[in-house]
Amino acid sequence: MTRDTRLAWINGLMLPLLNVLTAFAAIAIVFVFINVDPIEAAKIVIHGTLGYEEGVGYTLYYATNFVFTGLAVAVAFHAGLFNIGGEGQAYVGGLGVALAVLAFDPSISPWVVIPASIMGSLLFGALWAIVPGYLQAYRGSHIVITTIMFNFIASALMVYMCVHVLREVGQMNPQSKMFPETAWLPFIHDIFAGIGYKIAPSPLNLSIVLALLFSLLVWIFLWHTRWGYAIRATGKNTTAAVYGGIKPKKVIILTMCISGALAGLVAVNELLGYQHRLMLDFQYGYGFGGIAVALMGRNHPAGILVAALLFGMLYQGGMELAFELPNVSRHIVVVMQGLVILFCGALEYIYKPRLVRFLAPIEASE
Amino acid sequence: MDNSHIAIELIDVDKHFGAVHANDKVSLTVKTGTIHGIVGENGAGKSTLMSILYGFYQADSGHIKVFEKDCKFTSSRQSIDAGIGMVHQHFMLVENFTVLENVILGTEGGALISESLEKARKELTRLGVEYGLEVDLDTPVELLSVGILQRVEILKGLYKGAKILILDEPTGVLTPQETDELFRIFSALKEQGVTIILITHKLREIMSITDQVSVMRDGKMVAHRQTNETSTEELAELMIGRKVLLNIDKSESKSGSPVLKVTNLHVSNEQGIERVSDINFEVCSGEVLGIAGVTGNGQGTLLKALTGILPLTKGSIEVFGKIITSDNHLGPRILRELGIAHVPEDRQRMGLITEFSASESALLGYHNDEHLNQGLLLKKALVKKNCESLMSSFDVRPADPNLKSSNFSGGNQQKLIVAREFERDPEVLIIGQPTRGVDIGAIEFIRKRIIAMRDAGKAVVLVSVELEEIMSLSDRIIVMCDGQITGNVDARDAEERTLGLMMANALTSSEKNQEVQS
Amino acid sequence: MNEFLLNTLDATLRYSTPLIFASMAGLFSERSGVVDIGLEGKMLIAAFISAAAASVFGSPWIGLGAAILASSIFAMIHGFATITHKGNQIVSGVAINIMASGLTMVLGLAWFKQGGQTPALANDERFLSITLPGVDIIDYIPILGDIYRELISGHNILVYLALLIVPLVWWVVNRTRFGLRLRAVGENPKAVDTAGLSVERLRYKALLIGGILCGIGGAYIATAHNAQFTKEMTAGAGFIALAALIFGKWRPYTVLSACFLFSFLKALEDRLQSVIIPGIGEVPVQFIEATPYLLTVILLAGFIGRAIPPKAVGEPYIKEL
Repeated sequence: MTRDTRLAWINGLMLPLLNVLTAFAAIAIVFVFINVDPIEAAKIVIHGTLGYEEGVGYTLYYATNFVFTGLAVAVAFHAGLFNIGGEGQAYVGGLGVALAVLAFDPSISPWVVIPASIMGSLLFGALWAIVPGYLQAYRGSHIVITTIMFNFIASALMVYMCVHVLREVGQMNPQSKMFPETAWLPFIHDIFAGIGYKIAPSPLNLSIVLALLFSLLVWIFLWHTRWGYAIRATGKNTTAAVYGGIKPKKVIILTMCISGALAGLVAVNELLGYQHRLMLDFQYGYGFGGIAVALMGRNHPAGILVAALLFGMLYQGGMELAFELPNVSRHIVVVMQGLVILFCGALEYIYKPRLVRFLAPIEASE
Repeated sequence: MDNSHIAIELIDVDKHFGAVHANDKVSLTVKTGTIHGIVGENGAGKSTLMSILYGFYQADSGHIKVFEKDCKFTSSRQSIDAGIGMVHQHFMLVENFTVLENVILGTEGGALISESLEKARKELTRLGVEYGLEVDLDTPVELLSVGILQRVEILKGLYKGAKILILDEPTGVLTPQETDELFRIFSALKEQGVTIILITHKLREIMSITDQVSVMRDGKMVAHRQTNETSTEELAELMIGRKVLLNIDKSESKSGSPVLKVTNLHVSNEQGIERVSDINFEVCSGEVLGIAGVTGNGQGTLLKALTGILPLTKGSIEVFGKIITSDNHLGPRILRELGIAHVPEDRQRMGLITEFSASESALLGYHNDEHLNQGLLLKKALVKKNCESLMSSFDVRPADPNLKSSNFSGGNQQKLIVAREFERDPEVLIIGQPTRGVDIGAIEFIRKRIIAMRDAGKAVVLVSVELEEIMSLSDRIIVMCDGQITGNVDARDAEERTLGLMMANALTSSEKNQEVQS
Repeated sequence: MNEFLLNTLDATLRYSTPLIFASMAGLFSERSGVVDIGLEGKMLIAAFISAAAASVFGSPWIGLGAAILASSIFAMIHGFATITHKGNQIVSGVAINIMASGLTMVLGLAWFKQGGQTPALANDERFLSITLPGVDIIDYIPILGDIYRELISGHNILVYLALLIVPLVWWVVNRTRFGLRLRAVGENPKAVDTAGLSVERLRYKALLIGGILCGIGGAYIATAHNAQFTKEMTAGAGFIALAALIFGKWRPYTVLSACFLFSFLKALEDRLQSVIIPGIGEVPVQFIEATPYLLTVILLAGFIGRAIPPKAVGEPYIKEL
C-alpha cells in the first residue's frame, strides 16, 4: 500500500468511522448519566427498528426524510455553500404541495395530481433557497445567516398560511383540510398487499423510491455531468473555476435551487405520503438532521443513504426507547444528531494526526 | 548586550514542513551593527529561516544565539524580548487600526490603552525624528501607501526595542524612489548601531547596501561573502547553482500577421484598483512576445484581462476579429472556445484543483466541450483517456489520471497544465510564469514546447519575472512598470542591463541625467 | 401617559434583556474572529440548568452560577472544535444548538419526570422585580413619575445588569488592552501572532466571556422572565440576538439599539394578537414576527447600509507565511 492510498483509506473510511464511534461513545455516557444501561438501550433501539415489520417501516419512513435533507445539504456543500436552511425549504415545500393539491379538483387522476404536487414541493423548496442564493451571489450576504433568517421567515409565513389562508373552514386547528385521496402517495404496505404480500401497516410510502431515485440522480449529476463538475470545481477552488470559464454566481444559484428542491421533497413524504394535509411543523428537525446526515455520509449519496438509515433507526428507536423506558426522552436522538455533527463535522480531523503518527512506524518498517 | 560583537548566530538550524526540507542544517553569523544580506531564489528557505529566528516557527533542531546568548524561542514574544524585530513581506498590520494602535499591539504596557497610546506617541515622534521615519500616527493604516506602511513596520520593530531588524523582501512592492528612501533609512539605522538582515532576491540591492551576504539554495546555506569581495555574477551563480543558464535553441521567428491587438488598455484588479494603464501592443502569429517586469507591476492583471477573467475598464483587445471592450466583455469560456489558451501564473490557486484527480484537473476549462459530452452526461472514460494521452505526450509522472492533483510534484503539475492548454491546438497562448518553482528538467521541457508552439505559427504572450527566461524565449520584449509599458525592444538587441533599468522605469531619468551632465 | 405605550416599552425592556446578553456574547466571539451561531444553544442549556439548579438548591443565584458554568462549557466545546482543532465554526455552532436542544429535553425528563419541564419555581427561587428607591417621591411628577414607576423601576436585577453591561462592553472593547487585542485578532490574527501574542488564547478568552454572558441570558429567561424551564423556551432568541449583532454592525451601542428595536417589535406583536384594526382587519402578527429576520436579510443584502463583519471572522487561524 502506498502512502497515498493509505492516506485515502485513513481519510475515507477510518476517520469517519472513528468519529461516528466517538459520537456513540458520547451518547453512551449520556445514557449512563441518566441511569440507563446503554447496552440495554441499544437492544431496545435495534429491536424497535429491525425487530418487527412495523418498526422497519417507521425506520425507513423517517430515513426517507433524512435522505432528502441530507442530499440537500450535501449538494450545497459541494459548491462550498452551507445551506442551513433545509428546515425552512422543507417547510415551504409543504406549501407548494398543499397549493398544488388543493388547486386540483378531487376527481382528477392521481397521475396528474401527484406529479404536479411533487413539482410543487420541488419548486417551492427551490424558491426558498434561491433567494438566499441570489443574495449570496449578487449582494454578498452570507448564505449561512440568510438561510437561518429564512428558516424563521418560513416559520412565520407557514403559521400565517395555516392560520389565515388554508385553515379548514370551521376548524380551530391551524391546518389545511384533508387532501383528496387521489393525491395520496400509495403506502408500501398497500402496494405489497396489491401484489399478494401482507406486511404490517406503517407510514412508509412510495416516497422512499423517490429518495433512492434522487440519490442516484444526485450522484450522476455531481460526478457525471458538466454542471456537477462546475459545482464541485467552484466548491474546491473558486479562482480555478473562474479560470476554467465557470461562473460562480450562476453555480451558486443553480446549487441552491437543487438543494432547496431536494429539501422540499420532505413535504412529499410527510404530506402526500402520510399526513395528507398541511400542518404546522411537519418538517420539524429534519432540516438540521440533514446536516448530520450529510456530514456523516461524507457528502456522497451512498454515504448519505447509510447515514439516513442510521438516523431513521435512531428516530424510530428513540420513540421505542421513550415508550419502554419512561425515563428516556425520544429527543435523545437529537442529542445524537448534535454529537454526530460535532464529531463528524467540526471535529472531523481530531484523530488524523494521531492516526498518521500511529501508522508512521508501520509504514517505515515496510 | 549591545556590546556583543555578534548579533546573531544560528547553528545547524533544521526545519521540515511535511516532506519538504525547508532548512537543512543552516548556519549563519551576523555581526552587530552591519547590514547583512541573505539572497536566494524563491523557495530557497530564506523566509523560513528568518521566521524561525523570529520565533514564528520552531526549528526541528539547531541552536540560536542572540547577542551571544543561547535562546530558545517558542513564540515571537520571546524573540521580540531578545531584541529582534521583523518586517514581513506581507505587512502584519491591522487595517482598520491607526498607526499608533498598530505599533502598541502586543506591548501595550498597562491594562488600559489610553496611557500606552500617549507614551507611544511621544516615543514614536522621537524615533520618527531620529531616523527620518515620520508618519501620521492617527491615520488608519488602510489609507496609507505601501512605502509608508513599511515605515510603520520598521517603527513597530524599533518601538518594541529591536536592536536587530529583519526585513523580508522589503522592496518587492516599492517604487524605485521608495526603495531609495528605504535604503536611506537603513543607513540611518546602521549609524545608530541597529543590525539589519535584508532578505531579497535582487542582487543589485545586495551589492549596493549590504556589508556581508549569505546565499541560500534549496534549503541550504551555500556561501558567505563580504559584499565588497564578491560580484553580482558570482552571487547569481551561487544562488542558481549552475554556471550556464538554460539556452534554448531557436531559429529566427517567421512571424505572420497580427492576431492579438491591445489598444489603450486599462484594467483594474479585483479590488477595483487600476493596475494596467494605457497599454498598447500587438502579437503576430509565429512570435513570442515577452513581458518583463518586477512582480506586481500589473502583469498579473494584464494576463487576467487578456484571458477574460477581469473586465476591461477602458480600451480594447482585438482577437480573431472580435473586439473586446469595457461594454463588450467576453469571459474565459468564450475566449477559450475562440482559441486562446491560458497557462496561469499560479498553478496551485488557478491552474488546477488540487483536490481533484489529475483527469478532472485536466478537464478544467474544457468540461463543456462537445466531444466530451453526450447529451447530459460527461464521457468520463474519454476524459480519462484524454488525460492519459496528455500525460504521455508531456511526460507527466506518475502517469496516473486517478491520482489526486496535489500529489504530483510542482513540475509535473505544471506539465499537466501546459499539456492541457497546448494540446487543444490554440491559436493564441497566454502564458504566465511557466517555470516558476519547477525543476530544471521540466523547465527545459516546457520552454522547448513554447518554442515549438511558436514555430507552429501560434502567437505567444509570455509573462515572466525571470529575465533570463524572457530573454531566451522572446522575439520581442516589452517591459512593464507600475502598470505601464516602460520599454519595447527587439529581443535580439535586448541587454539585461537596459531591461533592468526599464523595469525600474529608470531609463529615461538616467538618460536625462546624462544629458544634463553633458 | 399613554398606558399602551408604557406597557409596550416595559415589555420591550424585558424582552431585550436576553437579547442584550446574547448579542454581547456574540460580539466578543465574533470580534475575536469566531462565528457564533451557537448563542441559542448556550442560552437554552443555561436556561435549563438555571431552572434546574434554582429548583433543586432553592436559590436563583445558584441557578445563575450553574447556568454560567453550563453555558461556558458549551462555549469551550466550540473553542476546542474551532480554535484548537480548526473545525468549521458554523458546523460547530450547529452542533452546539442541536446538542443543547436534545440535552435539555433528555435531562429534563430524566431528572424531573415532568415531560421535559422543570418544576415551577417559587418566588424565592427566582429573580424578582425590584422597586427602585424614590418611586413614591417621583410619582408626584406628571409623566416622569409614570415613566419612572412603570418603565424604569420594577424590573429584576438582571434587566439592570443587561443595561449596565453594554457600556462596560464598549469600554472593554475600545479602551482596554484586551479590547485592542480582541479587535486585532478578529481583523488580522497573523498581525497578532507576529506581535508575539497567542491567537488561540485570545479567542478562548473571548469565547469564555461569551459563554458567561449567554449563561446570564439563559438564566434570565428561565428564572427571571419565567418561573420554570419549558422545552425550547429560548424560542429563537439566540438567533434574534445574532441578527441584532449583525444589524448593529458588531458595535455595542448600535447592537443595543437593534436589540431594543427587535424587542419592541416582539412586544408589539404580543399586543396586537387578534386585534382588529378598522379598515385593515386582523393584524397578521406573523408579519411583525418575521420583521427582525427580514430587516437583517435586507441589511445584509446591502439595501440599507452595509454590514461589514470583522475581517477574519469564520476562518480558523492556521499559522503559515
